[in-house]
Amino acid sequence: MRAAEYVRASSAEEAVGLVAGNPDAAFLGGGTNLVDHLKLGVARPDLLVDVRRLPFGGVEQQDGPDGPVLRIGAGVPNSDLAADPVVRGRLPVLARALLAGASGQIRHQATTGGNLLQRTRCVYFQDVTTPCNKREPGSGCSAAGGYGRYNAILGASETCVATHPSDLAVALAALDAVVVTLGTDGERRVPMADLHRLPEDAPERDTTLAHGELVTAVEVPLTDVARRSTYTKVRDRASYAFALVSVAAALDLDGDTVREVRLAWGGVAHKPWRARRAEEALTGAVLDEAGIEAAVAAELSDAVTDDQTAYKVPMLTGATVQTLLDLAAEETA
Amino acid sequence: MDASIRLTVDGTEHVLDVDTRTTLLDALRERLGVTSAKKGCDHGQCGSCTVLLDGRRHLTCLALAVAYDGSEVVTASGLADGEDLHPVQQAFLDHDGYQCGYCTPGQVCSVVGMLDEVKQGHASHVTEDLEAEPDLTDDEIRERLSGNLCRCGAYRGILAATRQAATS
Repeated sequence: MRAAEYVRASSAEEAVGLVAGNPDAAFLGGGTNLVDHLKLGVARPDLLVDVRRLPFGGVEQQDGPDGPVLRIGAGVPNSDLAADPVVRGRLPVLARALLAGASGQIRHQATTGGNLLQRTRCVYFQDVTTPCNKREPGSGCSAAGGYGRYNAILGASETCVATHPSDLAVALAALDAVVVTLGTDGERRVPMADLHRLPEDAPERDTTLAHGELVTAVEVPLTDVARRSTYTKVRDRASYAFALVSVAAALDLDGDTVREVRLAWGGVAHKPWRARRAEEALTGAVLDEAGIEAAVAAELSDAVTDDQTAYKVPMLTGATVQTLLDLAAEETA
Repeated sequence: MDASIRLTVDGTEHVLDVDTRTTLLDALRERLGVTSAKKGCDHGQCGSCTVLLDGRRHLTCLALAVAYDGSEVVTASGLADGEDLHPVQQAFLDHDGYQCGYCTPGQVCSVVGMLDEVKQGHASHVTEDLEAEPDLTDDEIRERLSGNLCRCGAYRGILAATRQAATS
């Protein structure tokens, strides 16, 4: 492990200044991903700026310009966010996604901001002895043609087939959340859909944030459709594993007809995949199995699979059908 | 690079200098001689290094000691009240909640922390009604303890011990 100086930031501005001014500096939050990467040699910062104790605030309802929002401080642990009464009552997809992630211990440690900025669990990214364009740009991709069970099927590039591992990010994508950041130029508000990026020819960049730009809060609109929402995660074992595929969904029905639907997928791309094409196909139509399957097929028309990832198409289709029909049954119950 | 930190471990306060790269687990085991927290995978996958950190169950292998300056750590060794075992420790004895025992201190701390979360009304992945008081079924116990692996496979005993501790 490379020797690193440690500074506990006394303000967000100080933290941003320290990291922005040093290309080898990194923010340290809960550390559940970064400390592992320090040990593995995947991350080699020479300065760690600890932001875990900064007063980012807790979880509170606020009036936004477009209605009420829940403002979540970036340092709020995943466990506390999942236990928040407003999250449980009005944003069940958020609570479900958090509770599907990691373990009880890790949820106490992992923060809201850090969860969004965690890095791919692609085995080659985490193994410094193998080529990986995300870890070492230009070195090649070992996952294409290697162990590919977790590889992306949407939006991948020749340089990278990694998937984003966060469950929380998928739920926030479905909820049209906004990420609030602080950079050297001041505060910025980034829609969840624009936070993570596709790999294209720069897979080393997971997000659109600048180096030294710090996530300070996440704002989630408290909409009616979000009240009827949930998260389905399919994995190799029942608990404490990353998603093969996952579905975040919210549904508002008018009788049998879809008034509004939100759909986002995890485990399929370099970013949480908001399935807008599927949403359009479903909106205004009668909700049934055939219709959902057709909507999923429309969204997946650009999917690229191989022997190792072909399973994700039927798995994602089945998980989406089940998730939406369960929500519909809940609504009519 | 070194930093001076203060830790309270099982009721005893320590002031020590640590390399900024030292994990909380290594600080406990190698610097303070507190070997109750075990090093299993050292990558946050097995749970054997679990302690109660400022009252909540927490891994120590993915935590840099320097970041937890001023914290209070309770390991499985610090749970007993003199000669009287903590009810969770007694339950593990009563139900053979271990074989080799290596994961046991982490399991015990995890159960103590988990039961406190249940008391606070926290839901889990398998909880049907997110807003109801949790009912600690066997499925709930299995899910809530999924972060602690036992390679001997003493899960039946751990389950029975947790059930007993939850109702005692």
